[in-house]
Amino acid sequence: MVDMAENNRAVIKLRERFAADIVEVKEFRGEVTVTVTKNNIVEICNYLKTALGYNLLTDVTAVDYLGKSPRFQVVYNMYSIPSKDRLRVKAQVEEADATIDSVSGVWSSANWLERETYDLFGITFAGHPDLRRILMTDDWVGHPLRKDYPLQGPDREPYKGRLS
Amino acid sequence: MGPQHPSTHGVLRLVIELDGEIIDKITPHIGYLHRGIEKLSEHRTYHQALPLTDRMDYLAPMSNNLGYVLAVEKLLGVEVPERAKTVRVITAELTRLKSHLVWLACHALDIGAMTVFLYCFREREKVMEIYEKLSGARMTSNYYRVGGLSADVYAGFEKDVQEIIDTFPGFFDTYEGLLTKNTIWLQRTVGNGVISAEDAIDAGITGPALRGSGVDWDLRRDNPYSGYEKYSFKVPVGEKCDTFDRYKVRLVEMREAVKIISQALNDLKPGPVLADLPQVCYPPKENVYNSIEGLIHHFKIASEGFAAPEGEVYQGVENPKGELGYYLVSDGSNKPYRMRVRPPSFVNLSAIEKMAKGSMIADLVAVIGTLDIVLGEIDR
Repeated sequence: MVDMAENNRAVIKLRERFAADIVEVKEFRGEVTVTVTKNNIVEICNYLKTALGYNLLTDVTAVDYLGKSPRFQVVYNMYSIPSKDRLRVKAQVEEADATIDSVSGVWSSANWLERETYDLFGITFAGHPDLRRILMTDDWVGHPLRKDYPLQGPDREPYKGRLS
Repeated sequence: MGPQHPSTHGVLRLVIELDGEIIDKITPHIGYLHRGIEKLSEHRTYHQALPLTDRMDYLAPMSNNLGYVLAVEKLLGVEVPERAKTVRVITAELTRLKSHLVWLACHALDIGAMTVFLYCFREREKVMEIYEKLSGARMTSNYYRVGGLSADVYAGFEKDVQEIIDTFPGFFDTYEGLLTKNTIWLQRTVGNGVISAEDAIDAGITGPALRGSGVDWDLRRDNPYSGYEKYSFKVPVGEKCDTFDRYKVRLVEMREAVKIISQALNDLKPGPVLADLPQVCYPPKENVYNSIEGLIHHFKIASEGFAAPEGEVYQGVENPKGELGYYLVSDGSNKPYRMRVRPPSFVNLSAIEKMAKGSMIADLVAVIGTLDIVLGEIDR
């Protein structure tokens, strides 16, 4: 299984150029995920777009692994329209320094997607042109998709099941 | 403009800075319909998260369900019976018709063609009736299940679908007769909302809006799922990247959808509609009602669900609006650790300033219509 991921065109190239940044390469159900450190995320994304043809940034989001270190992973799902394949890049972000460079200069579709990630996870995207909340109101306190944010909202008792 | 403006298609608010009638800057305000579907799904089993999905793009509920069940099936490594796949294709394409009919209806109404609106809603009702007979609901279908379908199609389904195949192309001719050569329609749409192929890809636009800009890319053909590779259909593309080309693309798409439905209907063979996987799927109803084992089985699936292997998958489907993707992260438990929805309308809407800047304020209404957004899915 590992060989299949290692034979991926993008993984070979990334290993050549950004060897120090790559934390892990994984393959699951035919999908390749490359986990990287956050330091060179803009260079990596730029390289993937210009040299390897991943011209469509499908999605930017994050996952909160509360209790683990690093706590957050920012997930970039990208697609190459010429070669019709997908690649997923994940960047590790620590809770203490929940900041990562914005890739909105590489793909402009990252603009709103990063805003949403900022809004719901509280991860700051450095260099973003317009980093404001997008789904929640401007004066909202907290970031709802964090695992330590209660489902019922911050000021309410947790749901204890039906009383009747 | 908005959030209660009739042409904003839901609760969208646009703060527009104008220079006379010319648009200088657009700041969209969204989130009025935010229900936290991604957060809610983390607290539900995989079966229980399914009904949340058809409440996103409520104009194309089955396409939303399809993306979700395919993602979960990919995570589990489950194979779905042929008949279920074919019924999914038929219903997903019916959904495309339904969604595109609402798009055309509202788009035309916004630009002043009321007759088209009434015609489209009349035809949409035919699809809604099939929806109702299949699932009991006109909009919140929840008809698919992880592993197949909740039930086989009703008696007479083939006849109802055949009627759509026979009659709809004639209706499309009517719409085209009313619009394609209509001077007012042409004046409002030709040269409106132009976005080049390069800009459209950069902005992340997908679906008919991207094809209208001349990018020949369709997930159903290029990364087929649910058996789409068996059907032949054309992928229309535009040339001038304007609202009129996107209109033509969507009309051809409706005709192609009818062709896919026709092929799939011929392909429909008797057989099971749910995978034989007791640990994942609900038992047949007759077992639930007639045996204690069946009842226990149902209870276990309904209350505990099933545990998915640890891992993460992404599944994109060609929704009527664009690429709808589900990114599921599993920690090995019976609930998704994270369910991310990649919303096509959300990303398409983010390009609105690029498309409407420098045009007249009345043309913005046409741009909103041509983007074919639905706020339930943008806000989630």
